[in-house]
Amino acid sequence: MTVVSSHNDVENLTLIFTAEFDTNVDRVWQVWEDPRQLERWWGPPTWPATFDRLELRPGGDARYYMTGPEGQKAHGWWKVLAIDVSKRLEFDDGFAGEDGEPLDLDDTTRCVVTFEEDGGLTRMTSVTTFTSVEQLERMSEMGMIEGMTLALGQIDGILAESTVTY
Amino acid sequence: MVVHKLSDTEVDRIFQALADATRRDIVSRTLTREQSVSALAQHYAMSFAAVQKHVAVLERAMLITKERRGREQIVYGNVESLRRAAHLLGAFEKIWHDRAIRIGELLADPQNGEEQ
Repeated sequence: MTVVSSHNDVENLTLIFTAEFDTNVDRVWQVWEDPRQLERWWGPPTWPATFDRLELRPGGDARYYMTGPEGQKAHGWWKVLAIDVSKRLEFDDGFAGEDGEPLDLDDTTRCVVTFEEDGGLTRMTSVTTFTSVEQLERMSEMGMIEGMTLALGQIDGILAESTVTY
Repeated sequence: MVVHKLSDTEVDRIFQALADATRRDIVSRTLTREQSVSALAQHYAMSFAAVQKHVAVLERAMLITKERRGREQIVYGNVESLRRAAHLLGAFEKIWHDRAIRIGELLADPQNGEEQ
């Protein structure tokens, strides 16, 4: 896996992330389509995800939870907005209550993932748009972000153009 | 290091403050050395009052500190606040960076290989 680029758009609270995988596009699509494979990467190792439902079709729903180190559960849901197999997946991702159902249908993170195959390599780009910085804070509490370190040197780059490139 | 947890209001202020190119430039300049507001104003094609407004926004977001010295208002950058803002920005990409690493590992695992 190679990270091709990563861009933070501060003003629009958007992250554009591109990674390249050394395999064909149908194989990369499988890690989204198959819930058992999706569970192996959606959550961090300390908060693994379990998908009870995964309906990859327009209007389809997903229900999942992430289990923390002390057995605590953080529930989430998706609503699929658009899908083009092996090309594009667009969904809203939100927080759910203990019953697994959405807490607030408007409080979501929009996620648009596109896939492109080129010369045996597959490029996957995810565009994630947050509605508020508060969402990020809560994700941090859910344990999605762990061991975060950032070199002080990157601050200059952020200030210069709100862009961090690896 | 104990990381102070920012309130939602503080976080919003930081992001709004850094969303403007002039304000980012002011932060860059005052991070390396303190400057008077009048010296800063010479860098921009806008009125002194407009620059003062940008300075005020940055001050509320705690990204810079302003103090009066005689007739001059001196501005300097607040490194600790900037470090926290960068921390939050980095969080956005850390999630996907880690996911991509895990997908890469999954794709390399022969148990989930071509037979599927």
